[in-house]
Amino acid sequence: MILSDYIPGTGLLWRLPPGSKLLALAALGTLLLAVPRLDLAALTFAAVIALYLGSGLGWRVIWRILRPMLVILAVIAGAQWWLFDALSAAMVALRLAALLLFASLVTLTTRASDMIAAFERALFWLRPLGVNPAKVSLALSLALRFIPVLGAITAEVREAQRARGLERSVIATAVPVIVRLLKMADDIADAIEARGYDPAPQSPRPTGDTRP
Amino acid sequence: MIELRDVTHRYGERVVLQDLSLRLEERRVAVIGGNGSGKSSFARLLNGLQLPSEGQVLIDGLDTRTEGKAVRRRVGFVFQNPDNQIVFPVVEEDLAFGLKNLRLPRDEIRARVESALARYDLTELREHPAHLLSGGQKQLLALAGVMAMAPAHIVFDEPTTLLDLRNKRRVARAIAELPQNVVMISHDLELLRDFDRVIVLDEGRIVADDRPGPAIDFYERRMA
Ligand SMILES: Nc1ncnc2c1ncn2[C@@H]1O[C@H](COP(=O)(O)OP(=O)(O)O)[C@@H](O)[C@H]1O
Ligand SMILES: [Mg+2]
Repeated sequence: MILSDYIPGTGLLWRLPPGSKLLALAALGTLLLAVPRLDLAALTFAAVIALYLGSGLGWRVIWRILRPMLVILAVIAGAQWWLFDALSAAMVALRLAALLLFASLVTLTTRASDMIAAFERALFWLRPLGVNPAKVSLALSLALRFIPVLGAITAEVREAQRARGLERSVIATAVPVIVRLLKMADDIADAIEARGYDPAPQSPRPTGDTRP
Repeated sequence: MIELRDVTHRYGERVVLQDLSLRLEERRVAVIGGNGSGKSSFARLLNGLQLPSEGQVLIDGLDTRTEGKAVRRRVGFVFQNPDNQIVFPVVEEDLAFGLKNLRLPRDEIRARVESALARYDLTELREHPAHLLSGGQKQLLALAGVMAMAPAHIVFDEPTTLLDLRNKRRVARAIAELPQNVVMISHDLELLRDFDRVIVLDEGRIVADDRPGPAIDFYERRMA
């Protein structure tokens, strides 16, 4: 699940609390796995497609999500066909596609920060075990923020090495990347401190809109 | 007012700032000096990111050693690399981070985020992933995040070094417009021409402390 795929919007799906969307996803997954029937899988698949189109997310978005999965779907369906029959192959493929699309629908309509806030509220109940929800949620935000930066750094290092005629080598790339990451981590820690971060546990935020 | 009393700073054995005593009362103070002369260490002492090995640093009378939290509320800090000071994936979330740390009420946070976005031309980009901003926009976002916290002083450590000329000018203009007291470390000597005071550091000592004209001349002759 890619958390940073949010598409800004104002429809019903965007306004639903993130916790309820995650619960719906879990419920749907359980239902589809517990009741392996072709009609149910097909119905769910159609319903999810309808949700996309109804919320203004068109076929292009659906295609963008399904395309990278087509090979895997084909392999799984092919194996089912070979092991069992065409009907069960269709059932399995439709079920997987429906779940995939529904999971993406959740991330497409939920801002990463709201998703994180939902996790934070859920984690609040783990506080007696020594879990500090504020810290966990900051860590998740940082991960989302810096994953693209990590990609950019790796690309830069590769480029510099290629310019000097160095062949592709995992170690030769990893070492400078890690050195830069450690330096970066220091700077980020300073920046967080300079902006007055105080991880003292707070009461959970009220549910609903957590935008600033 | 920022005051240093007999401040010496070391990393292990190595002395990086030696016996500094200073009062900074001007609105625009710059610190210049060669690489490794101790500028960043100096800047980091001013908001308690670092505590002096010896001596005291006082911000409006608050000692950074004993009043760290209050000091950080009074002194904002903008770093050299804009990439490493934006900690949230989306523009407006990052703006809100410092404000949430101040434990402000939600309406107040919302209002301050709005005005900071508008002030730095970021309103259109509010839901934009931070990593897709240009270098100049990132530095403006970092500045906006600090500004929104309404500190009394803002310290800049080479805020324009990594920017291209156009973004340098844009960030410089934003800094010039700040109502706050500013202490700025910089290699962009052009930016300092209308400062009130320029301090030149060399190997952890103050070798010049003057109006920009004479101080910059001194520095250029010394570096030549
Ligand atoms: N965390 C640190 N640990 C050890 N030495 C450091 C550290 N930070 C800076 N130094 C050293 O202190 C000296 C001054 O550094 P710094 O204040 O960053 O100078 P400037 O910003 O003027 O380049 C340099 O020689 C640097 O190598
Ligand atoms: Mg420096």
